[in-house]
Parts: sequence; C-alpha cells; structure tokens
Amino acid sequence: MAKVTVDGIEVEVPNGVSVLQACEAAGKEIPRFCYHERLSVAGNCRMCLVEVEKAPKPIASCAYPVADGMKVFTDSEMVRRARRGVMEFLLINHPLDCPICDQGGECDLQDQAMAYGLDKSRYLEEKRAVKDKYMGPLVKTIMTRCIQCTRCVRFATEVAGVPELGATNRGENMEIGTYVEKALTTELSGNLIDICPVGALTSRPYAFVSRPWELRKTDSIDVLDATGTNIRIDTRAGEVLRILPRTNDDVNEEWMADRGRFSFDGLKRRRLDRPWIKVDGRLRPASWSEALGAVAARLKGLPGERIGAVAGGLADAEAIVALKDLMGALGSRNLECRSDGAAIDASRRDFYTFNTGIAGIEEADALLIIGANPRLEAPVMNARIRKRVVAGGFPVGFIGPRGLDLTYAQDWLGEGGRTLRILAEGGHRFNEVLRAAKRPMLILGRGALTRPDGAAILAAAWKIAAENNMLQADWHGFNLLHQFGGQVAALDLGFVPPADGAAVSPATEALWLLGAEVDPAAIPAGAFVIYQGHHGEAVAARADVILPGAAYTEKDATWVNTEGRVQHGRLAVYPPGEAREDWKIIRAASELLGKRLPYDSLDAVRARLAEANPVFAGRGFAAHGCTDMTGPTGDVGALTEAGFAPAATNYWQAEPISRASDTMAECARVYGAAQVQLAAE
Amino acid sequence: MVDISTAHEVAQPASFEFDAESNAAIETILKRYPPGRQASAVIPLLYVVQRQMKRQTDSAWVPLKGMDAVAARLGMAPIRVYEVASFYFMFNTKPIGRFHLQVCGTTPCWLRGSDEVFHACKDAAHVAGYGQTSEDGMFTLSEVECLGGCVNAPILQVDDDYYEDMDYERTVQLIEALRRGERPAPGSTIGRQTSAPEGGPQTLLDVPGE
Repeated sequence: MAKVTVDGIEVEVPNGVSVLQACEAAGKEIPRFCYHERLSVAGNCRMCLVEVEKAPKPIASCAYPVADGMKVFTDSEMVRRARRGVMEFLLINHPLDCPICDQGGECDLQDQAMAYGLDKSRYLEEKRAVKDKYMGPLVKTIMTRCIQCTRCVRFATEVAGVPELGATNRGENMEIGTYVEKALTTELSGNLIDICPVGALTSRPYAFVSRPWELRKTDSIDVLDATGTNIRIDTRAGEVLRILPRTNDDVNEEWMADRGRFSFDGLKRRRLDRPWIKVDGRLRPASWSEALGAVAARLKGLPGERIGAVAGGLADAEAIVALKDLMGALGSRNLECRSDGAAIDASRRDFYTFNTGIAGIEEADALLIIGANPRLEAPVMNARIRKRVVAGGFPVGFIGPRGLDLTYAQDWLGEGGRTLRILAEGGHRFNEVLRAAKRPMLILGRGALTRPDGAAILAAAWKIAAENNMLQADWHGFNLLHQFGGQVAALDLGFVPPADGAAVSPATEALWLLGAEVDPAAIPAGAFVIYQGHHGEAVAARADVILPGAAYTEKDATWVNTEGRVQHGRLAVYPPGEAREDWKIIRAASELLGKRLPYDSLDAVRARLAEANPVFAGRGFAAHGCTDMTGPTGDVGALTEAGFAPAATNYWQAEPISRASDTMAECARVYGAAQVQLAAE
Repeated sequence: MVDISTAHEVAQPASFEFDAESNAAIETILKRYPPGRQASAVIPLLYVVQRQMKRQTDSAWVPLKGMDAVAARLGMAPIRVYEVASFYFMFNTKPIGRFHLQVCGTTPCWLRGSDEVFHACKDAAHVAGYGQTSEDGMFTLSEVECLGGCVNAPILQVDDDYYEDMDYERTVQLIEALRRGERPAPGSTIGRQTSAPEGGPQTLLDVPGE
C-alpha cells in the first residue's frame, strides 16, 4: 500500500495503481477522455494532467503510477492552466456543431469544456475535416468530431476481440477507421457508441431522435439473450427510444450485445395489440370479455389430461407461475418450457444453470465448450471468456463446427458426439489439460441438447465435469448456456411434464401457448389453441384465441438469467392497445374458468413465486460448489457420432422481437453473408 | 507530402504473393527477432513488399494485398499493418513512377538551395509538383523530411540512393541521365570525399611520423 496525499486528503491505495485512481479514491474528479477503467491505458488525450510535488511539469495521472508519500494537487494554478491548454488544443479541430450533434447533453467533451475550458476560441485558422467511415448499420460516424482518444480502437481490439479498427496515417492526417471499407464484424459494436467520449460514433437508429434530458429512464433487464444484461430503457411519450447497458460487474460489466440494444424497434411492429378470436376458420378482432369467454367456454369441463401448456423463451416468471397454477387447478400436468426440444433435466437446479457464474469465469483456469457458440449466443459472456483468455493460462477446448471465430484462440477438439464420447471416457488429450487444472469448467450449449440424443449429451457432459475435477465442494464447473432470458425461470418453476406426459400429444384438445413457438404441424388438428404473446408469428395464425401480452419492456417482471440469477425488470412503457401484463391475463381467465388464482397484486404473485421456489425470494446469484456427483438422467452410451450443428445460425433475428425489427433485418442483410461464411469455414 | 488517400481510392491488384527472392529475404529478417516477437519485423517486411512490386511492376509501392500478406506472415491483424504502412511516408500506398525523386525540404537543405532542386525536378522530370507523377510514368516527386545528410545539403534521394551537393544544373543532368537509362554513382556530385570539407580535408593534415 502507498500513502498518497491528494489536495491535502490522505488516502492509502495499493501499489501500482495510477495517480488518477488515487485521486478518485480521495474523491477528486479528474477529467479524462482516453482513460477508461476497462481498457488499457493510452495516455494520449492529456486531459487528466495533475501536479505532483517536486515534478517540474504536470503529469498525465492516468499513466503515472503512485509512489509512497506522493503529494498530488488536482486544482492548482498549474493544473488549471494545463487543462485549459489541453482543452484548447482538443477543440482546435473539433467542429462546433453541438446543436446538431447527437452526443449533445451527454458529451464528455461538452461537459469538460464547460468545466475546464476557455470561454472563447482564439483559433481563427481553418479546421481540418475528416471523411466519415462506414462501420455497419448500427454505428453512425462523424469523424470530424473525433478527438483521437483511441478508446474505440482499444475496445475493438481488447474487449470485442476484433482488431479491425486502427489509427491510420499520422499527425494532422491521422484518422480512426478500418482503412478498408467494411462493417465491423462484432456483436458488441453498440458499446463503441457508449465509450466514444464525443459525437464521433453515435447510434444510427437513434440519430436525431431525442435529447438525453427528454428521456424517462427505467432500470430493467435484457432478456433477448440469457446473459441477463442490466439495462436502462430510455423512453419518451410511451415509446422506447433506446436501450443502454447499466454497470453490473457480476453480469455484463458495462457492455451490452447489439441484439438487445438495437432490436427494440421490433416492439412497435407486428404487435398483437388486441384480442382475436377464430370464427369460421378466420381470425377476427374481439373484446377481452369475448376472448376470455371463448377460452372459458372451451376449457370448462375438459379433462385436465387433455389440456397442455407451453411457455416460450421470453416468458417472465410471474406469468409462468400463474399459468402453472391455472393448469394445476384445471387438473393438467402437461406443461412444457422446452419447446426447442432440449433434453434438459429439471430435477436439480445445477443441471440446468451456469453454475460457475459469469464473474466466476475469471477464476477458472481451463474451459471446455461443448456445442455452444458463446460469441453468438451470449456475446457479453464471450467477452468475459476472452478477457480470461487474454489474461493467460486458460486453455479453451472446443467441440463443435470447425473454424468458428470465437475472438480468442481455441483448441478445436472435434465436431461432436465422437469427441464427446472419448472425453467422457477420459481418453482424450484434453482430459489431461482438465485434470491438471485447479478450477476447470465446461460450457454446454442448450442448442446441443435439442438433438435426439440430447439426454446422452447432457449426461456425457456431466460425466466429464464429475471426472475431470470440475465438481468441487467450493467450485462448480458445470455450466449450461441458455439462449433467452425466460428459459431458466420456467425450469425453476418446474414447468415440465411428468415423466409419462407431454404438453403436446395426439390427445391434446386444448393448448395454451405462452409466447411459445410450437411447430403448427405438431398440434393435433382439432385442438383448441390459445396464443398469449406480444408478437404474432407462424403459430399465432393457428390459434383459436389470441390474448395480447406485454413485451419485456412493458411489465414489472422477474427474470432469471443463465446463471440462475434472479433479477427484476421494470415497466418502462405501457403495453400497446389492449395488451396486458401476462400474469394478469391468466388471472382474469382463471376467474372466468371458476378457478380464481389467489393473487391479485404483483406482491402477491411474487410471494407465490417465492413459495413455488425459494430462489425467487432472494435476488442475485450465490456462488456454490457441488457435493452430489449424481448426474442427470441420460445414457452416455446412446451418444451418436454426429457433429454439433451451429446453434445460433442467425444472431440478428433469433427471437420474435428482433425478427420484427427493421434494424436487425438490416444487420442480417449486411452481416448475413459473413455469418454463413463463418459457419461454413 | 503525406499522401492520405485511403486504400479503396486506389486501383489495387487482385492478389499478392511473395516471390522466391522475397521469401529468402523474409527468412533472413525473421531470424533477427526472438520467437514470439516476429511482429517487430513489420517494417522490414513492408520494404520487401515494396521492393518486390518494384521488380514486378517497376513501381515501388505497397498494395493492400501486400499488407495483408505481411499480416498473414507475421500473425498480426491486418489493421496493425495498415497503421504502420500508412504512418511512414517511406511506404507508398499508391503506385508511383519508375524513379522516386525525394527532395529533402528540411531547414539545412532549404538554406542550401533545396528550392532550386525542387524546381529542377519539376522542369526536367515534367512533374507538376509534390505528390505528382510525370505523364510518362517515369518520375514521382515527393518532399521528404530530414534525410540526415545535412553536411552535404541539399540532398535529392532517388529511390534508395542519395545524390548530394545538388544544384539546379546537376539535378537536371541527373534526371536526364536517369531518363537515358543510366544510373550515375550516388554520393556527392562535386567530388567531395564522403562528408569532408569541400576541396579536401582541412584538419589533421600532418600525419605523425612523416
């Protein structure tokens, strides 16, 4: 530890930290542009100058390590003059176009020019102009505004793992760009917009839409992948205008994936905003009482075993528990939440969660990826894996399609079943790597379990975990990577059929779909289908009654991410038209069915959730080990030799919301060719 | 002058592959760096590309595919090579003429008459100005920063050779010789011995023991 005095305040900081961090520890604000906590130090903007006793010149505090007994001054005359000078230089070539700049109001340069700059410009010469660059359909560039802090270059290289941005040419002519015209091939490109301290990189869909002070900000959770990214939803007049990540070091740090960030325009399109009833084979608009009346009329008197219910990947815990209770009251146990066919064993929580935890990845020292493509299934978690790989001493074995670019080096072990069997038997060279590791982990992709031999794959993966030192009293290295934010909650609530049952069977006469995508061909011809959801897709056309539900931005809901972390999302805008929060729809239907559910407030539903599974009583994620080695049901011997198909074939359009989004359609068009190529390589 | 044209504004060859001579040179170069530090060889390898282009097309420049080939050989991201190649003006990122006339315009050369050399280049090589190539494709004229030959200023660098103590007349003669296909010996054009004073040594004339 080093004792440092900052403006007379004495603080003790670890050796090796920068002067800037010491100043922050003392509660002093240091202006900066190029410095970013999660990126390497560049030290090129010179805004963070401070005075250090006995140093002849001001020093760049972000790049200067502390020394014991150092006396730092952050507000001396020398510092003020130095910062004013730096600011004047930065503004020499910066256009004064704040009134038409999308960064206006949340611009570091604007704010710091107010606080540390001169009140007028002395620069009368010509300013330089820089050609705008094309960086894909999400990031808009106005490169004349660039102050060359190189944050974007460092983000792309270090965090996203796509070294495609750079500073070309030099001096007056230096430009940030890709040099060759191309869209950045990363699923994290939206973060460039966040880290850019000026208006050089801004959001293309958000261009000229709003000013930050006009927005209402609601903290919520992203559910479009299973990471459980903490987000802030910015709305104005009942419309979502943008979504930004919130910092949560245990989950997403401060990053966010592009699909979650940019697909919200899908929330306005192709919405089910009023109930529909099928009359004479055609759907017609109806009122709530008509729709719920039709449901009650059909379900009343139907034996429970003829009724089924399926929950989709974006369903919230409140709706799931309400539907489960309603089905229970109707005498049905035919529940299903694995409409993708994944052979998940829901009998024990650690069989289906990401037990290591996202932050736990950084403590691991070996990784085996089985049939998952974390880059496309959970880009933010992939950035965390990459962070661990870059730190060194982290061998990554990969079973799946050959030649995938995961943004870090991986040891390709094989295509699929055959390699998995050898690993499970312990005879693979990678077994040695895993056994030598102290904290090995594996990631099993949910997509890999959708094959006919899914149960065998699950059992084999568990066997590998159990026999390769991954299951320890204080370490759980078995991880299942889900794809959407509602999948774990449904498993936690036991939304699965009994051993001898199935939600959709030839005997099904009535089927309740909670935002679930079920192949219409699998539904028996005469069955009565209730579709409750926010987007009408193929299966909605098959429905006899459509009950319009709320999307994740439109309800107070509980979500469980792939780790099993319980988080609460909040209502940012009201559902459109006559759509309602999902648990309330089910609660209203129960009344008409004569099976009134015993809760009519959010608190009461949440109390019921906690009763159904104690994990819902708390929030967050508790690190845990594994002492019970008994594996999930499944016969390793049934493993077939087939290779794993790429699970996420179209990252940009993986669920109903992004499929309704124009922004995502544009991304799919631009990046589609590249992704097909990735898959084929 | 620095050429800030970006890659896509120049007609690029469809492919680039190192030839046998380049490969031999690369092998020698890579041995100079410890294992795992091969990326340090990026500058020498870009020169290898530029020389190979000179051999193959008679124009010493580094095309995009050549940068990609360097990146692939050194295991670097292509953008890291683009950054280096565009930073140093010694690498031509667009095609140039057969002879690259590089006039030093830094203070000592300027004081000793580099403006005359520049005008001579313009007149004799029929080049419009800095950064331009003559219509016959023979000469490209560039202004460069200090070449480190100030004692024999002004300097005109032709490709890799220094021609020193230039003036208008001698520059014109040099360019005409180049045009005829001759290659005058590089060095001082007034018969100066290396960078000794004009007319011969002035000091240490008495050799002890003589």
